[in-house]
Amino acid sequence: MKPAFSVIFLTTLIGVGQGLLLALYTGQLYSFFDLLPVQDSRSFYAAGSALVLVFLCAGLIASFFHLGRPERAWRTATQWRSSWLSREVIALPAFMGLVILYGGAHWLDWHTPLFSLPGGRSIDPTLILGALSTLLCFTLFVSTAMIYASLRFLQEWNSPLTVINYILLGGASGFVLAGAFAAIVAPQLSGFYAGWAIIITVLALISRSASLLRNAHLKPKSSIRTAIGIKHPRIVQKAQGGMGGSFNTREFFHGKSPGFMRVLKISFLVLVFFVPIALLPVAMKTPQLIIIAFIFQYIGLMAERWFFFADANHPQNLYYQGIA
Amino acid sequence: MTQLALVIDLNVCVGCSACVTSCKEWNTSGPAGPLCDSHPYAANPTGTFFNRVQTFEVGEFPKTETVHFPKSCLHCEDPPCVPVCPTGASYKRKEDGIVLVDYDKCIGCKYCTWSCPYGAREMDEQQKVMKKCTLCVDRIYSTSLPERDRRPSCVLACPTSARLFGDVHDPESVVSRAIRENGGYALMPEWGTQPANHYLPRRKTTMAIHEDQLVRADNPLKVDGKLPKPAKQEPTLDDVTSW
Repeated sequence: MKPAFSVIFLTTLIGVGQGLLLALYTGQLYSFFDLLPVQDSRSFYAAGSALVLVFLCAGLIASFFHLGRPERAWRTATQWRSSWLSREVIALPAFMGLVILYGGAHWLDWHTPLFSLPGGRSIDPTLILGALSTLLCFTLFVSTAMIYASLRFLQEWNSPLTVINYILLGGASGFVLAGAFAAIVAPQLSGFYAGWAIIITVLALISRSASLLRNAHLKPKSSIRTAIGIKHPRIVQKAQGGMGGSFNTREFFHGKSPGFMRVLKISFLVLVFFVPIALLPVAMKTPQLIIIAFIFQYIGLMAERWFFFADANHPQNLYYQGIA
Repeated sequence: MTQLALVIDLNVCVGCSACVTSCKEWNTSGPAGPLCDSHPYAANPTGTFFNRVQTFEVGEFPKTETVHFPKSCLHCEDPPCVPVCPTGASYKRKEDGIVLVDYDKCIGCKYCTWSCPYGAREMDEQQKVMKKCTLCVDRIYSTSLPERDRRPSCVLACPTSARLFGDVHDPESVVSRAIRENGGYALMPEWGTQPANHYLPRRKTTMAIHEDQLVRADNPLKVDGKLPKPAKQEPTLDDVTSW
């Protein structure tokens, strides 16, 4: 497939935003159980939610560049019964709305206890809104990833690993950003977030490596023989019904050499996984280093997403193998 | 239930591309607007087509066969492109099984092309909507055209009648009979899309002539000339005529 930058930006940016929201709510839950010092509602949670929204909005804007007819985008909410793309289109604004409510509740210091747990801890609206945001956050992760994982023709994507990778990679980048954010706003939390960021990054490394390994050993279901229904070991295409290429030759081929793909694969493995894992333990005290780790990881994630798209080999390519 | 479809006979197709030009001519002139092209008269012409004829060489020289392979939307019975459409612009008609795109609802997200293993859909790069074969839905139900012209324009254009059109759910239709009697097959059956369009394979046209058909059994020495007239009471060749 030919990677589209609009979709690369969309998936990586909302991944960061979603991961950051999960990080914020994880921090709030820890302090709810007295495992972490309680943070300021406005400067930490509300500002953090605003940062989440910045990334989500940037992703949403990027997504419009993927559409040929963006003015009709409202129609995409209609087919949620069958289309994962439609589900994502609903989940993203719904998630943004809940993040606004979550950040807004923190901004207004809305900590009126609604009810109490048996242990004596009281539940306030921010905790409930945070839980709902977390739920929608995972809904959005699953919807985004299932857009790709549900396509059975693209065998490289058609795996539960795609969903796991989207969740873990988004989570990792969000927790690294949370570490950088905490280093500036709440330095006593940066170690906590950096620690979780390392754990999630390692988990993401395992699942992404698993999918790389799986894809390296994939056996294509279709061949030129099933594509045109002629059973002969040697079939060579001589004409593809168009001299200057067609939509099919532009949309489904990335046009880069195998060498480029190898270099890109190593680069994203280094940038997304090894750079943050190496930098974060030493960076916990210096915000600049965590920010650098985040920037490196984000650049790596864009390369990872580019590779993810380019790596998928569509069966329609069998009909477009060459011109004599 | 009706399922209209094409049956394409690869044994007869000569790769003339008359179906391509005829399809383009009809479908670029209709009320749905043109099938846009980019620099059609320059070095690298490209554009939107519903139907393309591709050519494959099968075998090793000198034992090769050139197979011309017309390729268009197969109007799958279980079309994978339809459920993924986020706007409902892609749909399969219940009454005749034609898979269509509503150009007024399509947002041009290209997701349906990812979900078609055949590459049958093409994005119109100028109108920014997805396009595909309509089986000439504006021809086959037309009331202004003469009855004989109410068929897809590719079928009408084919000079060798390599393209048949009909209802594959009707066992007595010309297409069903062609599939049944000539080994018609579907493309990429491994995906379970159940394409309605079928292809007929290359077939060898041979005549069996045996030696005794070439040499008269009653003239083993191949001596030509008038045979001696047998007597009246002798048996004749066929018991009816006599020499």
